[in-house]
Order: sequence, then structure tokens, then C-alpha cells
Amino acid sequence: MDGMSLLTITVLAVFVGFEVVSKVSSTLHTPLMSGANAIHGIILVGAIIVAGQAADPWVLAVALLAVVLATANLVGGFVVTDRMLHMFHGRKDVARSASAKAESK
Amino acid sequence: MTVLDPVWTALLYLVAAVFFILALRGLSSPRTARRGNLIGALGALIGVITVFLSVRLDNIPWILGSIAVGTVVAAPVARGVKMTQMPQLVAIFNGVGGGAAALVALLELGHTPDPWVRLAIVFTLLVGAVSFAGSGVTFAKLQELMTTRPVVFPGLPVVMAAVLLASVAAAVAVVFTGSVALAVLLLVLGLAAGVLLVLPVGGADVPIVISLLNAFTGLAVAASGVVLGNVLLVVAGTLVGASGTILTRAMAAAMGRSVAGILFGAFRGGSTAGSTAVSERPVRSSSPEDVAVLLGYAQRVIIVPGYGLAVAQGQHTAAELAAALEARGIDVAFAIHPVAGRMPGHMNVLLAEANVPYESLKEMGEINPEFKTADVALVVGANDVVNPAAKTSSGSPIYGMPILEVAEARQVVFLKRSMRPGFAGIENELLYQPQTSLLFGDAKDSLAQVLGAVKAL
Repeated sequence: MDGMSLLTITVLAVFVGFEVVSKVSSTLHTPLMSGANAIHGIILVGAIIVAGQAADPWVLAVALLAVVLATANLVGGFVVTDRMLHMFHGRKDVARSASAKAESK
Repeated sequence: MTVLDPVWTALLYLVAAVFFILALRGLSSPRTARRGNLIGALGALIGVITVFLSVRLDNIPWILGSIAVGTVVAAPVARGVKMTQMPQLVAIFNGVGGGAAALVALLELGHTPDPWVRLAIVFTLLVGAVSFAGSGVTFAKLQELMTTRPVVFPGLPVVMAAVLLASVAAAVAVVFTGSVALAVLLLVLGLAAGVLLVLPVGGADVPIVISLLNAFTGLAVAASGVVLGNVLLVVAGTLVGASGTILTRAMAAAMGRSVAGILFGAFRGGSTAGSTAVSERPVRSSSPEDVAVLLGYAQRVIIVPGYGLAVAQGQHTAAELAAALEARGIDVAFAIHPVAGRMPGHMNVLLAEANVPYESLKEMGEINPEFKTADVALVVGANDVVNPAAKTSSGSPIYGMPILEVAEARQVVFLKRSMRPGFAGIENELLYQPQTSLLFGDAKDSLAQVLGAVKAL
């Protein structure tokens, strides 16, 4: 891919990144940070490419270390975010049942 | 395996990138957040499968084995971690991502004679290393492996400037020579810069720094995408870099801080290191029965939960106490400071875990005018977020942070472990006020005793 196209994509992505999170309540700051943190674990793709092209055992060793680290970032990031958000989900159900209880009183 | 031609590869990467955008969008609203996260995971899965199908790869068994190792290490930790320790875990995951990006860049150096690509390589190396080392220090601070107060030593600005200058020099040299040895030196300088960047940051500001380093890792990943000519990495990294920057500013604003002030405050001497000395001044200490009487005969009670509640795992007992008081016809609300706990929104997560109804959780702007009409403000394991020094004492490290106006309530009861100051390391004048009483002990035990006494009323 040529430099100009990459630059175009980058600039557009900056604006999209600004736009999608511009109005988020402080309640969701932590899960959002954690979710964004998981997304940059996609560096795993880069680590896989480098490991797949490694001919020298030392290069392979370092590349595989990068694969392990990137996987930890990616998998761990999505799992911990899901756990956080699971609790928000649970809370909504409780809120609903609590308001239902209040109505039935 | 190269089953996919470049067009299909590009299309699948595009799908993955769109999924990431939808993920961030979903995460910005409570109703769609969980689905958003799953969409993000799906996007990542598509991206990883695509790379296996589109690039000629050797060493595939090794790669799959390493992915398995990473998964087996990270997934159980992420599943099992206590919710109170979650900020540390996010910091670690962020750090290893930055480390991975730096290693990828280092290994690509031998493959390119193009100085522009080398420029992207040195950027990834430096920023990835800063993120890795900085996240390590934030982990140590949050885990309290080291002091949570700002670490400053004479000459720190000089050392920092020297490291940065040396980094720039090494970076320029790498761009022109492509020397791997110099690149390793740059990596080491980046690690040093990361440590020096985070050391002077006070404990209360650490979450904001995690968010900032998260944005850094995003930028490093984007630059590694330029190095590898991989659009997915460019888009995903840039998205995280941009949204992370906005998020960092939003977090800092919620705490009444500026990002520059947090990072460089200690250099300027603005962020004073508080005192650790435990004060000898007299306070009014109270018994669980006294507190129960105060609460049980009030009309309106506002509970202010803080990190101490979370550490003691007392959120379930707090929820029970609130229910017991409501059963007596008392109006109970939880006042949630934006940074209660250790990260913005952390306390909401913890109370949600304890099944506290959503309507009982009031955000700061909503609850602050109501303290005037509250009979009792029950502060459980919180300190800095109710410290009036944030409003009155301009030399204080938390000056300017919005606080919960607990002092307006008719009676204030603190459940505290000890007189030790809060995370910011400063004293709280409110503890010595005439309307304040204190009940010492573990937050969960104290709450259980108060709960028992309320039920006995």
C-alpha cells in the first residue's frame, strides 16, 4: 500500500476514533478503556507475520515472545472487559425486577 | 497458506476494522456495551484468521503454540481477578501489547532499507517501550508494590531530558544506519523514559496515566501497521490512539485535572507529596450501635462508597444495609464519585456486582445538591473524594478535583480502617469537624455490625 493511501486512512481513523467516544458517561470510562486496550491487542497479527517470516532461531524466539504478549493483551483484554460489562448487565435486570416490585406494591 | 488473494484479504481486514469501530461505539453506551465488546472480539478473530490464510507463514506450529500459551496465561487471570484489582490487570495487558509492538518493530528493522519505514520503526520501538515500562510502574503502584505517592528525586527533570535527547539521537541514527544494536539501545532508552514518566505521578492520578499509555500503545500499533503495510493494524491502532486520547482527557476532566499537570506537575513541584504521618489530633469515635441509631432514625441517608469498601469486599453488606434501612422507610441513595474506587466507573462496576439497584446509584452532579437535606452521610472507605481540601487548599495535590459535598449533611459518619490518609496521601479536615464521627475497622466488618444493630432497633 502506498504512503498516501495509508496517510488518508490514518487521518480518517483519527476522526472516527474521536467521534465514537466523544459522548461517553464517566460510568463507562473503565470498560471503554479496557475494551480499547483489548483492540490494540490486534498487534498479534503483526507478531504472527514476523514470526512466520523468521528464519533465524533468535528472531523466531523474539517473535514468538511478541506473539505470547500480544495474545495476552488481546484475549485477556476482551475477557476482562466482558466480565466488567456482565455486571452492568446483571444490574439492569436487578433494576428492572426492583422497579417491578415497587409497582406491584 | 495463501488461500486468500489480496482483494479478499483487504475485504476481510476492512470487515475487522469496521467491527472495531462498532465495538468502540457500542462500548460508549450502557445498553450496547457488552455486545460492543463481543463485536470487537469477533473483529479480532477475523483479523487473526485472515492473516493465517493470506500470508505465507513458516513456523506455524510454533505460532499456534505461542497463541495457546498466551491464552492459557491471560484468560484464567482475566476470569479470576478480583474486581478491585482490575485496574492493575488492564495496565498489564496494555503494557504487554506495547511490548509486543516494540518487538515486532525491532525484528522488522533488518527487512527494510527505506528510511520512512525505519522512521515508523523507531516510533513504534520508542512508544511501545514507554508504554511497556510505564504500565509496569503503574501496576506496581496500584498493586502497592511500591509507594503510591509521587516519586521525585533531585535532578529528575535533567535525567528525563537526557534520556529523551539520547532517544532522539539514537532514533535518528537508527533511521540512517538501520543498526540493530542502536535499535536495542533505543528500546532500553524507551524503557527508562517510561519508568521516569510514571514515577512522579501521584497514586490518585494513575488511572489517567493508564488511559494515556493505552493511547500510546494504540499509536505504536498503528505505526507497526505502517511498517508491515498492514491496514488493519493502522486502523485499529489509530482508533485506539484517538479514542484513548479523548478518553484520557475526559477522565482528567472528571477529576478536575489537566493531563499535562498530572505528567509534569511533580517536575514543577506543583504536586506536593502529602504527609504519611498519622495525625494525633482528637477525633470523635463511635460504636456500631451509635451509628445504627443515627441511621435508623434518619429520614434520608446517603452512602458514599470508596475503595476501602471494595477492598474489604463489603459491597454486598453495604447493599444489605441499604435494603434494611429502606425497609424502615428511610430514603437511601449511593453517591458515586466519578473516580470512586481506583478508576472512573470502577465503583459502579463493584456495586453492580453486589446487585445494588441502578436507581439508587447517583452520580456526583445529581447527588451533591441533596447532601443539604440528608440527615446522615455514611462514608465507607472513601477519603480523598470527600476531602474539602480539594476546594479550599490550593497547595493540595487534589486541589481542583470535584468532590462529594459530604460536609453539607447534618451528620457525617466515616467507616475507616485507620487514620491513615487516602490514596493521595493527604489529611482530611472533615474528620475533625464537630458533626463527624468515626467507626474504625474493616469496612465489611463495621458494616455487618451496623447492619446487625439496625436490625435490632
